[in-house]
Amino acid sequence: MQPFIEMNKLNLYYGEFHALKDVSVQIPERAITAFIGPSGCGKSTLLRTLNRMNDRIPGARVEGRVAIGGIDIYSGEVHVESLRKKIGMVFQQPNPFPKSIYDNVAFGPKQHGIRGKKKLDELVEQSLRSAVLWDEVKDDLRRPALSLSGGQQQRLCIARALAVEPDILLMDEATSALDPISTFKIEELTHELKDRYTIVMVTHNMQQAARVSQQTVFFLNGEVIEHDATRQLFANPVDSRTQDYISGRFG
Amino acid sequence: MIDMNPSTNSKAPAELGQSFGKTSGSKFDRKARLRWSNQLFRMICIGSALFVCLVLLCILVLMLRTGVLTFSNVSLTEFFFSTNWDPENEHYGALTFILGTLALTSLTMLISIPISVIIAVFLAEMTPKWLRNLLRPVLDLLVGIPSVVYGFLGLTLLIPWLRNLSGHDLADGLLAASIVLTIMVLPTISRISDDAISAVPNKYRDAAYALGANRFQTVFRVVLPAARSGIMYAVILGMARAIGETMAVVMVIGNTAQLPNSLFTPTAVLTSNIVMQISSVEFDSTWNYGLYMMGFILLAISLLMIVAVRILQKKGGRYS
Ligand SMILES: Nc1ncnc2c1ncn2[C@@H]1O[C@H](COP(=O)(O)OP(=O)(O)O)[C@@H](O)[C@H]1O
Ligand SMILES: [Mg+2]
Repeated sequence: MQPFIEMNKLNLYYGEFHALKDVSVQIPERAITAFIGPSGCGKSTLLRTLNRMNDRIPGARVEGRVAIGGIDIYSGEVHVESLRKKIGMVFQQPNPFPKSIYDNVAFGPKQHGIRGKKKLDELVEQSLRSAVLWDEVKDDLRRPALSLSGGQQQRLCIARALAVEPDILLMDEATSALDPISTFKIEELTHELKDRYTIVMVTHNMQQAARVSQQTVFFLNGEVIEHDATRQLFANPVDSRTQDYISGRFG
Repeated sequence: MIDMNPSTNSKAPAELGQSFGKTSGSKFDRKARLRWSNQLFRMICIGSALFVCLVLLCILVLMLRTGVLTFSNVSLTEFFFSTNWDPENEHYGALTFILGTLALTSLTMLISIPISVIIAVFLAEMTPKWLRNLLRPVLDLLVGIPSVVYGFLGLTLLIPWLRNLSGHDLADGLLAASIVLTIMVLPTISRISDDAISAVPNKYRDAAYALGANRFQTVFRVVLPAARSGIMYAVILGMARAIGETMAVVMVIGNTAQLPNSLFTPTAVLTSNIVMQISSVEFDSTWNYGLYMMGFILLAISLLMIVAVRILQKKGGRYS
């Protein structure tokens, strides 16, 4: 498969702290790649290097190369806002804006200059359908987003991310704050989305990685320990640390 | 379950056990005690709320009781719709002052709200930490400066400058007063708004930036709306201060009971007129009653404005 996201000798420092060490990973297009590893090993940090959200953290410094579709996203020519438009992100805690459901989904497109009620209505409906939330909210899109349940809020956040028509979806432990049923719904959803989007998900739930991803990267202390097809990695891990982790001996 | 009943371990030699036994008693168990203290707390809360309402009511009644005596000699229409305030010749039209207060407050808010919000956004979102740590205490200090001092600044710096600028011989008037008031309420509104903006959770900013919004969009379309109720609160406080401010206004407004035909014409507002005249009137004269009535109107205007802002806030706050 053609690699879509390529990280090459990527290093990230938070001040003195070396958070990502020589990370080289290739992520295929239109598939789900899962990053697993114990808490604090740098999964979120890595995810944030992909849409340059680390730019917002004072003292964070990136070295090495990250290319998406062949373009080095840390080169001077890249416009950060346009980059982020192409890369949706879903966070650990559902974080819909304190606005209506409609305004949440329409927010991104509006910031990127899409005007006109008809076009926005269409985008909102289409995004909510893609996030399998439409049927639950279509009766009152003016409802405050914060009145939805946690699982619905997270799907709303996915819809909001999809509304700017990204190519990539980053999900940072997007189900860890949710109940099993909501988790299941979102896993189902990612399964449907993977035909249209390149999904990179961080999870510390190994069963989830095994259930939904095609590729799995095992991460420890800022280093890539093992990267393989998910089935392969869980069935025949090469590194003993991977073996220890997936058999639940630590983490 | 942990056995909390002290009677079962009465043999325990430890002091803790002893004192436990004393305070909780054998019949008077924890639950009842809790319920009782909850009740007590409730009563205190309700009591203080009632007390506050009572105080407010007393103030209103006190002002109104003396104020209404005006109308035994002056008609309602004259008082509220005439601009002729000339008590020596039995003319008691208060419209100039009422309009003056409304105009002064509106003008002040018109100038101060945008500036304060911009200062607050700057402080909360854009300033480097060291500058923020310097500016916040300075603004907090400015809140506490006595209003006479602001009046002096207005007299010695602002008025001469306005004279040059406008070409009027006297630049005292609504503009001078509203600029002085703006400087007075600016620290209040901007610091409270600053706190409200700083209290907006970072997760909203993250969400906006991750969608490709730039800083301007994030601040104005996500952060400020999320901080709206706090900013409203800041505005109410600022407005209450502006409506009731007397000293600084007296010093720069010109104190002439006339409807101004420009922002540079000397005029008067409720507060300035009351304070200029109250010490020289006879105790049981219509003049005195008229000033009380003006005090009551002042009170009513400020209460109404606060209620109006609350209602606006409720309407707009559906999504927060
Ligand atoms: N903003 C930050 N500043 C300094 N250190 C950070 C920051 N964010 C994360 N770290 C550190 O980087 C390491 C990786 O964190 P993170 O990427 O959040 O791990 P994970 O998502 O795998 O739990 C941790 O040791 C964490 O303490
Ligand atoms: Mg994390």
